Amino acid sequence: MNRLFLNKIVLALSTLSAIIGIGFLFWILATLSIKGVSALSFDIFLNDLVNGGIRNLLVGQFTMAFIATIVGVPIGMMAGIYLREYGNNSTFAMIIRNLSDIMMSAPSIVIGVFVYAIIVSPMNGYSGFAGAAALSIMMIPIVISTTDNMLSLVPKELREAGIALGGSKHKIILQIVLKAAKIGITTGILLAFARIIGETAPLLFTSANSAYFTMDLSEQFPSLTVSIYNLANYPDSESRDLAWAASFVLTMIVLFINLLGRYFTRDKG
Amino acid sequence: MGAKSFRNFSFLSATISFFILLGIFIVLISYSKDSIEAFGLGFIFDNAWEVGEDDEGGIFGGLVPIVGTLYATLIAMVLAVPIAMGIAIFLTEVAPAFLVKPVSISIELLAAIPSIIYGMWGLFYLAPIVQSFFGGSGIGLLTAGLVLAVMIVPFMAAISKDAMNTTPDVLKESAYAMGATKFEVVKDVVMPYSKAGIIGSIILALGRALGETMAVAFLIGSVMQIPSSITDATTSIPVVLANNFAEADDLELSSMFYLALILFVVSFIIISAAKFYFLGKKR
Repeated sequence: MNRLFLNKIVLALSTLSAIIGIGFLFWILATLSIKGVSALSFDIFLNDLVNGGIRNLLVGQFTMAFIATIVGVPIGMMAGIYLREYGNNSTFAMIIRNLSDIMMSAPSIVIGVFVYAIIVSPMNGYSGFAGAAALSIMMIPIVISTTDNMLSLVPKELREAGIALGGSKHKIILQIVLKAAKIGITTGILLAFARIIGETAPLLFTSANSAYFTMDLSEQFPSLTVSIYNLANYPDSESRDLAWAASFVLTMIVLFINLLGRYFTRDKG
Repeated sequence: MGAKSFRNFSFLSATISFFILLGIFIVLISYSKDSIEAFGLGFIFDNAWEVGEDDEGGIFGGLVPIVGTLYATLIAMVLAVPIAMGIAIFLTEVAPAFLVKPVSISIELLAAIPSIIYGMWGLFYLAPIVQSFFGGSGIGLLTAGLVLAVMIVPFMAAISKDAMNTTPDVLKESAYAMGATKFEVVKDVVMPYSKAGIIGSIILALGRALGETMAVAFLIGSVMQIPSSITDATTSIPVVLANNFAEADDLELSSMFYLALILFVVSFIIISAAKFYFLGKKR
């Protein structure tokens, strides 16, 4: 009886933990939606920060994330291909795998500090380039690990069939292996994009922020997340409302991309 | 692209993680050289942070942000570990089949929310609650630790759940056939089997909590003082960097790089430990 009772208590506690976890998700989403939607208006998408809108911030944040993606995805994918297709279980590949996992978990603020030292300081000013560089450093290890993992799921027989047809190694990789892993890698890239689009710390002193619309990447660049941080700390209610609206938009974007990635891989459990 | 250049390009790409990490080390060490020469290892135990007259020189020590980082992380871990384990157990053994998927997805979505959202939510919703229960201003170590806990729970739960799921069904079924309760199966079969993965997940979450910036920046108060109680405002290494880095120069800037170096080295060691000792045997 005693062990059955203990069992019930532990199971109840574990269920309670799950309820607490889900509860926080709904609490956060609920407050975000209530505060965000009430502050949301069509106007904020048409105006720049200087006029109380978020148009330039959205464009700026996406521009930097897109550039980071364009730089980070080819490098990350090629690195992942090397690790799985050429290096496989060699010592070199294992070391690189571990280093890239370490890089993936490195504090994002340190990456901001690093980019400040190598780009902002020599160029004498904050710039969109620096912001994009910091984001691509965040993105590369995520893409490496996804590509590596997804390629490892491609059956060996597919590669052997390619070899039997007389294909050269890089043709087999490009035309057979990558095609087989396409969905998984695409999802991984989407999730990596969702991760960097919401980053703040690496942008604080790389892109910094701008209240005006600009596409000039050599200047201080508008950032949605940095603006949220600034706006939320202002005492006036208009700034706070705008911060809530911006947070709501950001969270919806991030969750949407995550769900999209999940939808692509829905059959693979 | 020829076979050879394809291979070479992929090899070069693979070395980038190594070069970036090496670059971070070199940059942090060379920029913090002035501060290291001026204060040495005593920096870690000195609680002064005073800019000298005319912004020249000054005395800088890292004790306050280091202590703040450790306390906030400790509070977060104490709160988060039991809850994350509870969720992982719920998802592997307790939940009815129809609940497993929606609950896992919710937990993973919670992990995907940007940290700045947690910070802002904590500032406007959690801080007043902490204030009404524990007094103080609501801004301080406890609130920062709480929000950190909310942030790392889903991360820790997701990895622990995956580790627990690797337990072979045969082992669990044998235990059930012997009349074991679910709790006994978890305690005596699942936990021992997935111990390495669970500890690894806790250490990775620890690393994440140590380096978290935005969630803490809203809530810790950003004051250079050693906290005398759990509700006191203080600061942490990432928060000092986030709020003061842009305005600092000379020796103060160098000391900021020193702080960044300490944070980087500590998280490097923690993550490597998690990788090599606990999560190493995957594949």
